[in-house]
Amino acid sequence: MTAMTREQTEALIQEVLEVYPDKAKKDRAKHLAVNDQSIEKSSKCITSNRKSLPGVMTIRGCAYAGSRGVVWGPIKDMIHISHGPVGCGQYSRAGRRNYYIGTTGVNAFVTMNFTSDFQEKDIVFGGDKKLAKLIGEIDTLFPLNKGISVQSECPIGLIGDDIEAVSKKASKELGKPVIPVRCEGFRGVSQSLGHHLANDAIRDYVISARDGDNSFVTTPYDVAVIGDYNIGGDAWSSRTLLEEMGLRVVAQWSGDGTLSEMELTPKVKLNLIHCYRSMNYIARHMEEKYSVPWMEYNFFGPTKIAESLRKIAEQFDDTIKAGAERVIERYKAEYEAVIAKYKPRLEGKKVMLFIGGLRPRHVIGAYEDLGMEVVGTGYEFAHNDDYDRTIKEMGNATLLYDDVTGYEFEEFVKKIKPDLIGSGVKEKYIFQKMGVPFRQMHSWDYSGPYHGYDGFAIFARDMDMTINNPCWNKIQAPWKKAVAKEEPVRAAAGG
Amino acid sequence: MAKRLRQCAIYGKGGIGKSTTTQNLVAALAEQGQKVMIVGCDPKADSTRLILHAKAQNSIMQMASDAGSVEDLELEDVLKVGYRDIKCVESGGPEPGVGCAGRGVITAINFLEEEGAYDEDLDFVFYDVLGDVVCGGFAMPIRENKAQEIYIVCSGEMMAMYAANNIAKGIVKYANSGGVRLAGLICNSRQTAREDELIMELARQMGTQMIHFVPRDNVVQRAEIRRMTVIEYEPQAKQAQEYRDLAMKIINNKNLVIPTPITMDQLEDLLMEFGVMEEVDESIVGKTAQDEAVAA
Repeated sequence: MTAMTREQTEALIQEVLEVYPDKAKKDRAKHLAVNDQSIEKSSKCITSNRKSLPGVMTIRGCAYAGSRGVVWGPIKDMIHISHGPVGCGQYSRAGRRNYYIGTTGVNAFVTMNFTSDFQEKDIVFGGDKKLAKLIGEIDTLFPLNKGISVQSECPIGLIGDDIEAVSKKASKELGKPVIPVRCEGFRGVSQSLGHHLANDAIRDYVISARDGDNSFVTTPYDVAVIGDYNIGGDAWSSRTLLEEMGLRVVAQWSGDGTLSEMELTPKVKLNLIHCYRSMNYIARHMEEKYSVPWMEYNFFGPTKIAESLRKIAEQFDDTIKAGAERVIERYKAEYEAVIAKYKPRLEGKKVMLFIGGLRPRHVIGAYEDLGMEVVGTGYEFAHNDDYDRTIKEMGNATLLYDDVTGYEFEEFVKKIKPDLIGSGVKEKYIFQKMGVPFRQMHSWDYSGPYHGYDGFAIFARDMDMTINNPCWNKIQAPWKKAVAKEEPVRAAAGG
Repeated sequence: MAKRLRQCAIYGKGGIGKSTTTQNLVAALAEQGQKVMIVGCDPKADSTRLILHAKAQNSIMQMASDAGSVEDLELEDVLKVGYRDIKCVESGGPEPGVGCAGRGVITAINFLEEEGAYDEDLDFVFYDVLGDVVCGGFAMPIRENKAQEIYIVCSGEMMAMYAANNIAKGIVKYANSGGVRLAGLICNSRQTAREDELIMELARQMGTQMIHFVPRDNVVQRAEIRRMTVIEYEPQAKQAQEYRDLAMKIINNKNLVIPTPITMDQLEDLLMEFGVMEEVDESIVGKTAQDEAVAA
């Protein structure tokens, strides 16, 4: 369909809101907006980071998911205990595809689940003793761990277990950091608070570990990659670009990251933030306490990559500036070939997104590089500073939806009829059954990486093989087709 | 006609004498030939010691913890039989400051129900519940299909009456969803002035009755040192007769009501009327000794 006017988009929002009772309508209306690039402050048009309404299907996670799953989980040489009943850890185990190098169970533990497996008696009598025992057993069985974090599940906050005292004692006994995190799932309105609590724990227990220790030899080109979770190898395809332009990547947060890297981060010259939402807190802390500046960048799609590489290089001397140009030049032929191959197959296709921390705005440029347009986007757990950054990326009169409900999302899709939806696994099968091509944009649908130039080639291929997959012609039963019009089957990736 | 099991819960301010009163009352009921079970709902687990002549009974939660989980327990592991075949169980719970005692009560009562502790022979079950209803767990005995009759132990002291009124508020909450009713106040005397009249008036204002006035008598303490009820230790004592009277009144009690808790102001008026509290001089509220010295 052709692009909608501002009035049409507004009417669509009103139409979708119509089904709600008055109170819910009033609340949800604040979370839905028509984009207007002239607005400077998103608070003028959209409300975010509020409690979801009872009764709606929200796509959000919890504070435990934000801390254990997102921020801490990928730190590979530490063991993260899911403290509480077994389900939280077990049903989320290894689900985020944070790739890492190491031998699982020996010196890396990312895809393993460690839990205190609370039983009735642990609720009634408290889990402190069990936690202390568990930490001891972990250190005996997995002696190469560099530290332990205690990730609180809901009951810990309810029964008031003193995990701080247990951690402090265990840390002294083991001579390793044992870090308590109060990320009980019921706290806050989404996983966002979990990110913040996890950042705070890193601030309180990790960041200052190497204060006054100058044994680490620094260079003027030291940077840290913050907020890249190495999903499908994203951080690796980003890191190579930074290294090729002459920078030294001291730390990766937290995909394929280590405790030692986190401890060394305050010594770098610049913190590079990919996922602003989940890690801006620690970047701001390092700026305040250690005067380490930070900047956001975007490694999705050649346009944004080149923009970001140049912006990063500006913070350094001419060698790095020349390095950035060299990198862009080196990959030019490659990404131009990708565009030449896929753009004709994807040109003009409309995309609707609903994802987590940074992708609802960061992937827009990559789609545009392929001639596609993002006509609707929204975040599960954004704050208004995320929408401030989104308004400029989206076209005028496009649709913004915060903490979208299952109902709203389906209705918007029915009316806007996008050619592709990018969202999570809970949304995937609903939209596929509706006959709309879908990519799972949290785990890259078991593909990736999508970051960097290498990632862009994979991104373009994946979008093509999804949108132009011959299966979409088979959605309608043959006897329900008005005219049997056989289209020639196009090869998915053949070009 | 099948006997109807009456389930009663005893609430009241901490230290007021709930456990002592309950056990003496239950002993008196047993003496009348009633079949009774006591369910202690307090982590201290001291609700059955006078019946069992024991220090503290092994509690359901402690045994469940030792065995691994509550599913590993059998009813006979936790159910002890004491004086005149009174059945005794203690829910148990954590040490102060850790864990969740309320969850312990819920787990224990669910266990008793599932294991069929409430058998058809029983006439009465008494729940002896920790001081105040601080969370959902301690309201478990008054939720649906559990205790229908609540007795509140109190005295003529201000805080005891304040607690009694608060507990009545809790009963109102559950009275509308379930069948729980306030069955009366038991005055366990502290020998304050005009105590019986005061409690009768409080009961009247709350829409209930003072079912019995239990006078103070040292024989209760003498029996307790021997881990016995007065009924068993010295059956001919005057105090034993008091507990028998209380037992008879409870057997015949038909006065079950949804209480009408009073306001803080009403309670203060009542206390002032009986001279338990002096009228508050509003001009001195919030003034330190130093303030007053300066003013003088």
